[in-house]
Amino acid sequence: MTTTSSAEHTRRDFLFVATGAVAAVGAAAAVWPLISQMNPDASTIAAGAPIEVDLAPIAEGQDIKVFWRGKPIYIMNRTKKQVDEARSVPTASLPDPASDQSRVKEGHDQWLVVIGICTHLGCIPIAHEGEYDGFFCPCHGSQYDSSGRVRRGPAPLNLPVPPYAFVSDSKIKIG
Amino acid sequence: MSGPSTYQPTNPALQWIERRLPIIGLIHSSFVAYPTPRNLNYWWTFGGILSFMLGVQIITGVILAMHYTPHVDMAFNSVESIVRDVNFGWLLRYLHSNGASMFFIAVYIHMFRGLYYGSYKEPREILWILGVIIYLLMMATGFMGYVLPWGQMSFWGATVITNLFSAIPYVGDSIVTLLWGGYSVGNPTLNRFFSLHYLLPFVIAGVVVLHVWALHVAGQNNPAGVEPKTEKDTVPFTPYATIKDGFGMVCFMIFYAWFVFYVPNYLGDPDNYIMANPGVTPAHIVPEWYYLPFYAILRSIPSKLGGVICMFGAIVVLAFLPWLDNAKTRSSRYRPLAKQFFWMFVVTCILLGWLGGKPAEGIYTIASRVLTFVYFAYFLIVLPILSRIEKPRAVPNSIADDVLAKYGKKVVSAIAVLVLAGGLIAGGVQDARAQEHGGPTPPSLKWSFAGPFGKFDRGALQRGYKVYKEVCSTCHSMNLLYFRNLADEGGPGFTAAQALAVASDVKVKDGPNDAGDMFERPGRLADRFPAPFPNEQAARAANGGAAPPDLSLMAKARNYDRGFPQFIFDFFTQFQEKGPNYIDALLQGYVDPPPADFKLPEGAYYNKIYPGHAIKMPKPISDDQVTYDDGTPQKLENYAKDVSTFLMWTAEPHLEARKRLGLQVMVFLILLAGLLYFTKKKVWANAH
Repeated sequence: MTTTSSAEHTRRDFLFVATGAVAAVGAAAAVWPLISQMNPDASTIAAGAPIEVDLAPIAEGQDIKVFWRGKPIYIMNRTKKQVDEARSVPTASLPDPASDQSRVKEGHDQWLVVIGICTHLGCIPIAHEGEYDGFFCPCHGSQYDSSGRVRRGPAPLNLPVPPYAFVSDSKIKIG
Repeated sequence: MSGPSTYQPTNPALQWIERRLPIIGLIHSSFVAYPTPRNLNYWWTFGGILSFMLGVQIITGVILAMHYTPHVDMAFNSVESIVRDVNFGWLLRYLHSNGASMFFIAVYIHMFRGLYYGSYKEPREILWILGVIIYLLMMATGFMGYVLPWGQMSFWGATVITNLFSAIPYVGDSIVTLLWGGYSVGNPTLNRFFSLHYLLPFVIAGVVVLHVWALHVAGQNNPAGVEPKTEKDTVPFTPYATIKDGFGMVCFMIFYAWFVFYVPNYLGDPDNYIMANPGVTPAHIVPEWYYLPFYAILRSIPSKLGGVICMFGAIVVLAFLPWLDNAKTRSSRYRPLAKQFFWMFVVTCILLGWLGGKPAEGIYTIASRVLTFVYFAYFLIVLPILSRIEKPRAVPNSIADDVLAKYGKKVVSAIAVLVLAGGLIAGGVQDARAQEHGGPTPPSLKWSFAGPFGKFDRGALQRGYKVYKEVCSTCHSMNLLYFRNLADEGGPGFTAAQALAVASDVKVKDGPNDAGDMFERPGRLADRFPAPFPNEQAARAANGGAAPPDLSLMAKARNYDRGFPQFIFDFFTQFQEKGPNYIDALLQGYVDPPPADFKLPEGAYYNKIYPGHAIKMPKPISDDQVTYDDGTPQKLENYAKDVSTFLMWTAEPHLEARKRLGLQVMVFLILLAGLLYFTKKKVWANAH
């Protein structure tokens, strides 16, 4: 085999490279289903469909907690005082600046809908506690105001507002 | 793994590691530089194929365990939700269930190869015994895995196999209770089988490491059966053996993929698509095909304890093979008598497998007894005598001489024999399973979803849904189907809005609400199809004592005999449509009045397709009963065909995706096999 011509060499190298490349592509493609199966399955996705919540039973100053996609959602019927407090704070002074108006639906200003998961490490803040008439997280002491905005403590961001819309004056659809 | 390595990496980082943990040297000496006889044939690639299959089973198994629920009430449905809802769940499940069969096909070839070429002889006795241990562990693992889907055959297989231990004198019953964790096969049994089924593959992997270690100490045997003497007798493992094993492996994957994508239920039992029912035993309990020879031996012995002893003895005797066969010549190639007896033994095993799938009666029992004797005689009489009286032919001086002698290749014919034999066993099983459905054979219809490019006919699915909804659903449940499925890809092609409209027509019980009361609300896409009766007792009471079975999996849970040699052709033609054929024929099979000589029991109706002919379901549908909007004639035969199509979809909702992906995988594997073949030729060009 000492007399192998260089042309034959190239052909052989090409064959080796092609085989290796095709095998590598196959191996990579085979990994795809193994990873993809970890994503939520069809029943989980279907169960995460939007839900409707009736607001009529929630009196002023009260709140309820509903679950959507396994997450607790606080729906709070805020008092006039709570709304005013939230709107009188200069937005720029907040750790995560956002106006109260941007966090509620216009015309339904008393309704605050937020995902009740502390943006620090995922504990559930307690409503109507803390110094800002909003939420207090017992895990590491983060405090949120009556608009769900972080005011103090280690949490970096405001409580997120889930996607929702008013179906009627007393009914919202979350998701 | 054969002593300290002399390998020295050139990269300083690797040198640093190598001085502390010589792992690269270990890999290099075991899988790169390791000298492998240059005359190995393709039968030697099955060791690599088996390692690959073990890996596939462990990976797919670990993933399936992420989604599976080991509880008697939920196991069956959790397996179905894997197949229906998990991304690529159908693929993973079929890879795993067919993977078990592939594993056993490969291990049987591997074992017969060892038997033929005398691979168990000095100095490879321990290597062989470790192999027997792996085989035993595989059987235990396979058995427990088969229990997990909790279908009828799972449950009754578990009952029968665990009852084997009750044959042990004095302590038998206590052992069986211990295995069950109760007074019968139940939830504790399922839980421990799941735990052990997860554990044992890793034990197998551990013994495989010992097996490979022992192999690399003694060195591989080879078709000539003479030990390598000089460097000319061997080639380095890489690239020679790796590329050859790779080619063999990809060819095996093509075979495997054929099962997974085109005939995934060919080797399975339709009864296992019926949820376990401790009150009803299927007429013929047949184990998976890979246990059939031993099952035949068990049944052939008229004593309970004797049968169990013979069955286990048939496996244990393998461990003594190195001492039962004393012949100095290893390879049967040079043993004219041993070679003939070997093939007779192969035929014996195949026939025993075929008999294991037959009912234990009449001529079958007699044949099983004769062949059981032949099986043991091969090990205990033939081999010991042969090693004394046989005059072997001269073996080649060296492996290099053997390569030059160009021994004739019979691989192709041997593979053909094995495929035929496998078909025979599989067919035997299907025969036995079909006996319980002993009605006349339904005609084979033309289905749009048959064959490698099959697709559902959307119109038929939509009409079939209408028939199901207006007729079937008044009595039959459809527990595995959700409203959202109507809009799934590969289904009847509803839009999400249409599916939602169907759902919201239905009142679903929900709750409790804040006051603690249950309430009714309109159905959602995430809801199941409603059942017509709140529970089985109500269904039974409303239907003259016979509960109408759930229809979700009906098209995969019914079977009939196709006869020899049709079932072998079925493997190649991808025939998978027994269920729809049966349902279609059943719906059209009512005859009123029944034949004069047939005595119809009270409350039953005559059906020429139904096994036994006396069916409790009244004729469910006649011409013009359901209005078709698309102009299809409103005839019974159209109703039957459409609803059978619909039921095939409910049983196998990802059928189209399966066949589509199957085509892609097949094209890819054939391309890769071709490339590997030419690469292998190039690599080996200077070794021959």
